[in-house]
Amino acid sequence: MNHIPEVIRTIPLEYYLYFSAALFSIGVIGVLTRRNAIIIFMCVELMLNAVNLLLGAFSAYRSDPNGQVFVFFIMAVAAAEVCVGLAIIVMIYRNLRSTDVQLLNHLKW
Amino acid sequence: MISIILLAGFGIINLFAGFLKSNRMLLPLAILFLTIVFGVNLFSWNDPQSYFNNMLTIDNYAVGFTGVMVLSTLLILPFSQRYVADQDENLAEYYSLLLFAVMGAIMMVSFENMIMLFLGIEILSISMYILAGTDKQRPRSNEAALKYFLMGSFFTGFLLFGIVLIYGATGSFDITTIAGTTIGPDGIENTMFVMGLLLIVIGISFKISAAPFHFWTPDVYEGTPTLFTAFMSTVVKVAGVAAFYKLMDAAFASSYSTWFPTLIAITVLTLVVGNIGAAVQGSVKRMLAYSSISHAGYLLMALIAFNERSESAIFFYSLAYSVATIAAFGVLKLVTVQRNDESFATFNGLGQTNPLLAFVMTVSMCSLAGIPLTAGFFGKFFVFTSVVEDNSLIWLVVVAVLLAAVGIYYYFKVVIAMYMHPAGNYERVRVTSLASFVLIFVAVLTILLGIAPALVSDLI
Repeated sequence: MNHIPEVIRTIPLEYYLYFSAALFSIGVIGVLTRRNAIIIFMCVELMLNAVNLLLGAFSAYRSDPNGQVFVFFIMAVAAAEVCVGLAIIVMIYRNLRSTDVQLLNHLKW
Repeated sequence: MISIILLAGFGIINLFAGFLKSNRMLLPLAILFLTIVFGVNLFSWNDPQSYFNNMLTIDNYAVGFTGVMVLSTLLILPFSQRYVADQDENLAEYYSLLLFAVMGAIMMVSFENMIMLFLGIEILSISMYILAGTDKQRPRSNEAALKYFLMGSFFTGFLLFGIVLIYGATGSFDITTIAGTTIGPDGIENTMFVMGLLLIVIGISFKISAAPFHFWTPDVYEGTPTLFTAFMSTVVKVAGVAAFYKLMDAAFASSYSTWFPTLIAITVLTLVVGNIGAAVQGSVKRMLAYSSISHAGYLLMALIAFNERSESAIFFYSLAYSVATIAAFGVLKLVTVQRNDESFATFNGLGQTNPLLAFVMTVSMCSLAGIPLTAGFFGKFFVFTSVVEDNSLIWLVVVAVLLAAVGIYYYFKVVIAMYMHPAGNYERVRVTSLASFVLIFVAVLTILLGIAPALVSDLI
């Protein structure tokens, strides 16, 4: 069991940082530019997974299990969010027959 | 701590009570549960304890804010009568979700570890995403739920990335350890720390709807059923501000100079956007949404003052603001359900048809505007005195007072409509006896705190 953190540590910590930041930015750009609610939602999940990856890397580098425990909490919460989010999107689809967020413009200013 | 466990259990019991198919039971049950929690919570007063390997601390700060939030929920619940009850069979779920949301809010004010802060925010937010969309047939409610959900989870990502960067820089999620770690001025650790701090500030600013992360607030508040809007603008906001202050005070007090410029910009922007935005609204509900943004600005003022008076100022302001907001949304809900319109004209002639509602609304508007002899005046007074202790921040108080004058304009539009305009063909608004009892209670509480603020101002 001990060798997995060692494998993780063969790559410098900065690389994990840059990779996670890149993934996170892709997620942010996706949320800001996409119009389909489900794809926006997937981009949010991408942001959360960038966070999970970075947590795992920090945790391995510091030999501190707290970070890995946090990853489990984030996964559990993300799963709960998926339930609620998809339910909301289904509700929208039933009323509008579409998941395009641009159609939702009743509320302005 | 016991209140958290009790609320989780009570929420589940309330959920299962829905199987009994007797919707009449649910409201008394929820009120009973919250009263028990309110009482149990008071036993922890002056008895600070930490739980779960130091992940939660119940001190006077936590007990005080828990009290405010549970009381707010208790006062909001009676307005649910004849609201969802008639046409909706999922009533039990709504009450349980409210109880779960309060549980998350309590975790937010008593956290000692970033994990607990995150879990608290998420328990609160996920419950609110569902409650925002409870009016399933109405497109506006759908839209509010989707906007709140997508934006909320988007900014949760920012908050999480911030927490992780802080973890990378300090090696801990524990806020006392974070405060105790010193980081050199250069190197990647410092970059991560500053970036992390900024991202956390962004994440929490979204939750308390501070500008420029406020854009979701008016839309979501307008689309959400009024009952849950009242919950959002009181409990969710109070929990967010209390968590924000606790985080800054316990974890990032030594990096004050790092976050101060960011927060002061956010505060000024929030005050301006909230007050100017509220002044141009045509709908009372949207006006109250913008007013809640402006009140987040006043609460943030106490936070950036960051001295020994801030804590009690935030506490008093939260209580005064919550009570007045509940009165405003309560009256708004009763009036709009019957008259089916949310513009200022809905309130025309309310002074003749329903003197009680008009009086409570007037007290609430005076309190929100900060007129003396109401709780809101002393709320603003305590916030401003904590800010002027730092001489270099007097300009901020001047700005805030000028914007509070704008506030008087839009709050009194409602009062003028109630007393100066004729009722036309509007009939008397029906009010249940429980709702009128609550309305009288909040009006009396607002005036009482405006006459004798020392009752609660020295508690924390």
